[in-house]
Amino acid sequence: MILREIPILLRHGRQSIPDLRKAAPPVHFRGRPMISGEITPEETDRLVRLCPVSAIAADPCSIDLGKCVFCRECEFTFPGKIRFTNDYRLATNDPQRLIVRSGQDGPIRLDPERIREVILRTFRHALKLRQVSAGGDNAAEMELNAAGNVNFDMGRFGIEFVASPRHADGIVITGPISANMAAALKICYDAVPEPKVVILAGSDAISGGLFQNGRAIDRWFPSHIKPDLLVPGNPPHPLTFINGVLDMTGHP
Amino acid sequence: MNGNNPYAEVKSNPFAISLAEVPILDYPLFFRLVDAFMAEKGNHCLSYFAYPFHDRLRMVCCIGLDRSHAIRIFSYEWKAGMDRPPDALTARHPAFHGFERELYENHGVPFTGHPWLKPVRYPADRHHQHEMMGGYPFYTIEGEELHEVGVGPIHAGVIEPGYFRFICHGETVFHLEIQLGYQHRGVENALIEQPGILKRSVLAESIAGDTAVGHSLANALLTEALGSKVIGEKLSIEREIALEMERIAVHIGDMAALCNDVAYQLGQVVNEALRTLVINTTQRWCGNRFGKGLIRPCGTRYPLTPAMKNDLLQNLEEVESRFHQITDRIFSMPSVLGRFEAIGKVTEQQALSIGAVGMAARSSGLARDTRWSHPTGSRINNRYEPVVIPSGDVWARARLRKLEVENSIMMIRELARKWEEAGSMNEPCYTFPFQPETLAVSLTEGWRGEICHAAVTGKQGELLRYKVKDPSFHNWTALALAVRNQEISDFPLCNKSYNLSYCGHDL
Repeated sequence: MILREIPILLRHGRQSIPDLRKAAPPVHFRGRPMISGEITPEETDRLVRLCPVSAIAADPCSIDLGKCVFCRECEFTFPGKIRFTNDYRLATNDPQRLIVRSGQDGPIRLDPERIREVILRTFRHALKLRQVSAGGDNAAEMELNAAGNVNFDMGRFGIEFVASPRHADGIVITGPISANMAAALKICYDAVPEPKVVILAGSDAISGGLFQNGRAIDRWFPSHIKPDLLVPGNPPHPLTFINGVLDMTGHP
Repeated sequence: MNGNNPYAEVKSNPFAISLAEVPILDYPLFFRLVDAFMAEKGNHCLSYFAYPFHDRLRMVCCIGLDRSHAIRIFSYEWKAGMDRPPDALTARHPAFHGFERELYENHGVPFTGHPWLKPVRYPADRHHQHEMMGGYPFYTIEGEELHEVGVGPIHAGVIEPGYFRFICHGETVFHLEIQLGYQHRGVENALIEQPGILKRSVLAESIAGDTAVGHSLANALLTEALGSKVIGEKLSIEREIALEMERIAVHIGDMAALCNDVAYQLGQVVNEALRTLVINTTQRWCGNRFGKGLIRPCGTRYPLTPAMKNDLLQNLEEVESRFHQITDRIFSMPSVLGRFEAIGKVTEQQALSIGAVGMAARSSGLARDTRWSHPTGSRINNRYEPVVIPSGDVWARARLRKLEVENSIMMIRELARKWEEAGSMNEPCYTFPFQPETLAVSLTEGWRGEICHAAVTGKQGELLRYKVKDPSFHNWTALALAVRNQEISDFPLCNKSYNLSYCGHDL
């Protein structure tokens, strides 16, 4: 009865985004923010108190995308002074590059000096990842799944999620790392053969996010094992994740 | 207002009442009354929690009366070392097992006669600090022909962690016990300790990121009730549209996952693409594919515009027709039906006894839907008739999703018409005081089912307790029952058919 499926296939059409490196930014997407150089210390102070995740710091006014949950409330408070653009290229390997300062407007990219040579040499054409959710809220997990779906199809670059850490080249961590999951995360990491990469996906994974100082969180892992890629977002958009991984593995 | 009744009764959702209006009972009377109420089919426990009151604990038990659309609140006090251990309601009503275990775990209330008084999630502030994740007391069965299978906490797919232990006889599952808690982040503590209405709203979106709208709406309704704020019709309509958009997106995504589990690849990819269209529409509306940031107390930052509304309706039209086409195929395909039908059956009696809510209840013949029993806002005068399917198997849960997607699309069309005539829209508000010494409760019907947020304030209007209940809190037991006497290889399919929340449970 394949005949019954032909009309379905015809309407389904071709779903994949042709060029993920140059994909148009999603309309109204909350991506990389810009802070005006004219923001005053008084305004900054107000934003420091407002920000629900303490991502905003003063002198000069800055937003740490490793903490930011992209709620845009700072922009709503001072619309002329802060603007979230729809630039989805947010991933980097240097935590300093996640800090957006007033008056600056440059793209966020990886620091080529910090990319380990073994990553470029080994994983350029295939990267198998084991995902570990450690207190993730399931939005980040769903976006990581979406990165492999018919629309984003990162499998075209040889990037995919695998079931066993022993088949993986690295791990992708989501969530602030719950204390109850800390031991399992370490066991999983240890089971991945060398060389291996570590990716933190989502603001809560990078900094603890909303649960930064929570008693139920255990940040031992990210403070002892240096991540190769930080992917901000709440949750990170599939385009943010895929482009970050491509940058990390030296894709043009 | 409640006369001499031994309980408080309210008929609105959300509601806020003075603590003074809730009578404090002695435990034997509390037990008798709740026991009698729970014997009626249309009643179920919405939430049951404790808050500190002077040097003792004060318990609040909210029972929803689905038929009369009311909520009754029963309360008693308990003090460790002074009062005798309370008798467990669970012995008569298994639906209470999670609530009583939670009171035991959080506050050390030693219920007697509870068949299953073990940890729920090992929270950071648990009463018995010496109890550890690794020492969970699993149920065991002795027998030379039996074996145990442990799965987790990390699973094969990109999903959240949890641990499943099966007791099997050959390929047949005798018993499944689910140990959760790996996702515990301390949400309820954070809701109290990290002050501010905005912060709580953002936290609520992360209780379960796949239910960002459902939970942030429950939080917004609760916050407004605590601050005696009244919201306009337009805001109420837009919130309902957002809630239905979330339902449509997740149900379609689940349909894709179910097709994947039974190896029907076309069904999977077509549904995946349709889900993308729905969540990208939500993204166009508010800048986030999951609706984060859309729901805020008293107003919204992303009011619907006429252009956005038309865009939304147009996309839903496309989704509706393509979804109809593919589900028509799915539900007439022998290889799919062979894997869906009579697999993972949960009877109505079982669903009732464990207090199942939402989809888990409706797919087992039990009409439980907050949109019908305790509607909010503009739905009060226009109650939704829930879809109910009696067969209780994977097929029922798949079919329910199809019918609910169709219903939600129709509902959004109707809401969009009402939206045209509704008044104006407000900005959110994050700075207003809460009423002192008040109990507030809100209910929403998230895509999984009934979400209940409850809060108690102290003398200055400060929060003493914020209790979150995700529908998964009840429904995980349904999954454990569904796999009994099934082949263990059917577990993934049964699991996917419920798609329960780990983080929403673990909090």
